[in-house]
Amino acid sequence: MHIAEGFLPAGHAVGWTVAAAPFVVHGARAVVKEVRENPESTLLLGAAGAFTFVLSAIKLPSVTGSSSHPTGTGAGAILFRPPVMALLGTVVLLFQALLLAHGGLTTLGANAFAFAVVGPWVGYGTYRLTRWLGGGLLPGVFAGMVLADLATYVTTSLQLALAFPDATTGLAGAAAKFLGVFALTQIPLAIGEGLLGVLLFRVLTVNARPELERLGLLSPAPVPAAGGAA
Amino acid sequence: MNRRSLVDALIVLAVVALFAVPLLLDGGTSEYGGTDATVTQELEADGYTPWFDSLFSPAGEVESGLFALQAAIGGGALGYVLGRLRGRRLAQDAGTAAP
Repeated sequence: MHIAEGFLPAGHAVGWTVAAAPFVVHGARAVVKEVRENPESTLLLGAAGAFTFVLSAIKLPSVTGSSSHPTGTGAGAILFRPPVMALLGTVVLLFQALLLAHGGLTTLGANAFAFAVVGPWVGYGTYRLTRWLGGGLLPGVFAGMVLADLATYVTTSLQLALAFPDATTGLAGAAAKFLGVFALTQIPLAIGEGLLGVLLFRVLTVNARPELERLGLLSPAPVPAAGGAA
Repeated sequence: MNRRSLVDALIVLAVVALFAVPLLLDGGTSEYGGTDATVTQELEADGYTPWFDSLFSPAGEVESGLFALQAAIGGGALGYVLGRLRGRRLAQDAGTAAP
């Protein structure tokens, strides 16, 4: 999902930067507020950042014969709501743009919009919808993390299609072309990411129960350790 | 092995299988190029020239090392947090179990 350095026309680069900036600034304030008001959240915030740091570094093979990487942004969005991930995700992208020549500074806005804004919001929305429909914590986490991953790559495809519409088939043709590169490859990765998310939340429901209750993910249990996972 | 660890182990196994099985079935015919690079190659083939270059581009093995560093930082931090949370719970359990 990293659009490479210099690969978006200047107008698009500026436009996406302007679009992403308020989310990132708002996210930075959300992180500061969370740490100030709930210092005990710091550990879990670190876990959310670390999770996306690891997952976005690992390139995995897919059924299509291409490889790609997961995003890991859904976990933090479900735990702390999406604004927090707008900052944490952008930090990851900045690290990769500056040290790994992966992504870039001119495309940071577009990449942040896909990876740190759309992905987390779609993941969080999917999680909330699953819970609202009566699903448990873990099904919600799985669905949320799978769709956070997929939504990021769909957004990247659409951003590229907007910048490079096909000469004959236009925007739709270009979108189909870029989705063809990204979307199918990403499906097994997204499922793998969902499973890792379930694993993470299984550990958290046992070891970070007070935090999950305070964040509203679990309702307080009258009997301690009753059943554990939802 | 209790039921909880069994489920955890099965999830790990499923994740490994999800990526190992396509690799094995493929039999070495695919290149496994990155999707990001595929797109830049297509755009360059269509005549697009990037107008800005990365300030710093790690060469060859340095790049894979830096990717490993990113994963190591993330994995290390995640392990530290989960270890601390587990230690905290065990200490609390011991505290409530004591008379």
